[in-house]
Amino acid sequence: MLKALSILPDKCTGCMQCELACSYEHEGVFNPARSRIRVFHFHDEARYVPYTCTQCAEAWCQTACPVEAIQVNPATGAKEVLDNLCVGCKVCTIACPFGTVNYNQATGKVIKCDLCGGDPACARYCPTGAITYVDADLTAYERMRTWAARTDTQAQATA
Amino acid sequence: MRYLIAGAGPAGVVAAETLRRHDHSATIRLFCGEQEPVYSRMAIPYLLSNKIDERGTWLREPGHFETLAVDLVHQRVETVEPDHHTVVLSDGRRETYDRMLIATGARPVSPPVPGLDQPGVHHCWTLADARAIAARARPGSRVVLMGAGFIGCIILEALVLRGVRLTVLEAEDRMVPRMLDATAGAMLRSWCEAKGVAIHTDTRVQAVEPMGAEALAVHCEQGTVFPADLLVVATGVAPNLDPVRNGSGATLRTGRGLQVDSRQQTSAPDVYAAGDVCEAADWYTGEGAVYAIQPVAVEQGRIAALNMCGRPARYAGALPMNVLDTLGLVTVSFGHWSGVAGGDSVRQSDPEHHRYLRLEFDPQGRLVGAIAVGLPGHVGVLRGLIQSGAPLGPWQARLKQAPGRIAEAYVARVAGGG
Ligand SMILES: Cc1cc2nc3c(=O)[nH]c(=O)nc-3n(C[C@H](O)[C@H](O)[C@H](O)COP(=O)(O)OP(=O)(O)OC[C@H]3O[C@@H](n4cnc5c(N)ncnc54)[C@H](O)[C@@H]3O)c2cc1C
Ligand code: SF4
Repeated sequence: MLKALSILPDKCTGCMQCELACSYEHEGVFNPARSRIRVFHFHDEARYVPYTCTQCAEAWCQTACPVEAIQVNPATGAKEVLDNLCVGCKVCTIACPFGTVNYNQATGKVIKCDLCGGDPACARYCPTGAITYVDADLTAYERMRTWAARTDTQAQATA
Repeated sequence: MRYLIAGAGPAGVVAAETLRRHDHSATIRLFCGEQEPVYSRMAIPYLLSNKIDERGTWLREPGHFETLAVDLVHQRVETVEPDHHTVVLSDGRRETYDRMLIATGARPVSPPVPGLDQPGVHHCWTLADARAIAARARPGSRVVLMGAGFIGCIILEALVLRGVRLTVLEAEDRMVPRMLDATAGAMLRSWCEAKGVAIHTDTRVQAVEPMGAEALAVHCEQGTVFPADLLVVATGVAPNLDPVRNGSGATLRTGRGLQVDSRQQTSAPDVYAAGDVCEAADWYTGEGAVYAIQPVAVEQGRIAALNMCGRPARYAGALPMNVLDTLGLVTVSFGHWSGVAGGDSVRQSDPEHHRYLRLEFDPQGRLVGAIAVGLPGHVGVLRGLIQSGAPLGPWQARLKQAPGRIAEAYVARVAGGG
């Protein structure tokens, strides 16, 4: 069975280990600005919410891409950006309503969560279990999917 | 079941793939009107700037359609005959369908300016156009770009990267008038000018005449004349309605485009339309709109195909969205960025650093449009906030204080975070 990231904001203490781990894993530097997962801090409610790509089934980024540069990794189900094909047009960055595909000016390509090929660094380094990598049918993941449905023109279509 | 798809652009291709996913045994025939591999218009600027070769513009890998058992047929669909469930092809043959999709895209339109039909004048819409432009746009050559709309601005960068001496002529008062407001348009202009591009707004081309053996003289209303080795005309596109001009096809309801309902069905049973060719309801006003952009085309292609194969699906409406990278300055716009009646808005502008964010709210406290210049990341959440229609609640006031908190607002109001 495919696995997915499960995110439980209630367990997050805002330590930012996931952002650092992600940026180090992908970019070789400890720089939260280069992370593909982001922890939002809601001061008003004293709450932290880690947030990244949900690898949606009908991915807007993937269908919008003019050159097939976003493809599914069959082993993980992750939608991955193939750097050799990406022309940097950025249409995926506006097509994704979750804002989880971002342009990297340095490379002229886009970056997004790729589940680290099946061993996501964010989950590995999260000390509290707020981010875990679990079987895809667990309820937390389903809840993320429901968020997706709320924005959706496409999810409605599969209903 | 026998499906025909007229047009092998992004809308037609996504439709063919969606049909196959849900109907393993159907006959699916995809008609490609250009004698080219199935390619992507959007990739043309990157071909011109030599970032990719022609193969890099292909929409799908070779062999893809064979694998899917989709018959790719290099023929134009000349006429759709809904009363007989048939189409007439360019070789004169007739084919029948159970359901068909018209995805013939748009075609460039030229203003009524004398002299646009001579050598050295090109649109930038097809691979053939791109080859012709590449042949003339050489380092140092004088290129005039007529029209600084969305497509014009996309190829602007490619032309500069080719090393040409570029002059841009725009009839309206600013660059990309349908995507950017005056503030953002001015930022883009000063950015381009700083990079050595000559931009003339409020400038209409009156006539184009030959000049010597190879060159052109581009005459403007003010009396100015621009010499050019190449004139690129990017003055807009219009739905390509050729297949529904004759016979019973002409009974299909059209406005500015082929009109469809929320299931992407035309006024005839079993005939659907998707992409640049069709006029679909705007997501907010419900009025018919032709936005001619890739994300809308592929989403409509998918919705049309689902309905064609008996899986009822509704399109939530077309949402305009554009992103432009002009020599390093990234601009985006979404939805009704000029605002709606009774709404509210916030603007944060830093012209010196070419940064700008404008958010528009409707009277119900929802985000309905946005423009951003030089925004660092997570721009997609603007779409999420707009299209989810989520009431912003306390976040409207927070965004008015600090518009840059859009990603937080999204996570809080849509993603169930805050
Ligand atoms: C240079 C350039 C840059 C662009 N950049 C962007 C961008 O950055 N972002 C964005 O959102 N959009 C962009 N666009 C627009 C985008 O390419 C279109 O919105 C998109 O291609 C629409 O897809 P479509 O399938 O509806 O139509 P098309 O891609 O036009 O495909 C229609 C196909 O149908 C074929 N056809 C036409 N008539 C017939 C017939 N009678 N029979 C059979 N086949 C027929 C055509 O030859 C064509 O292959 C760009 C366009 C150009 C030209
Ligand atoms: S930026 Fe790259 S991955 Fe994204 S749509 Fe364009 S080509 Fe595809």
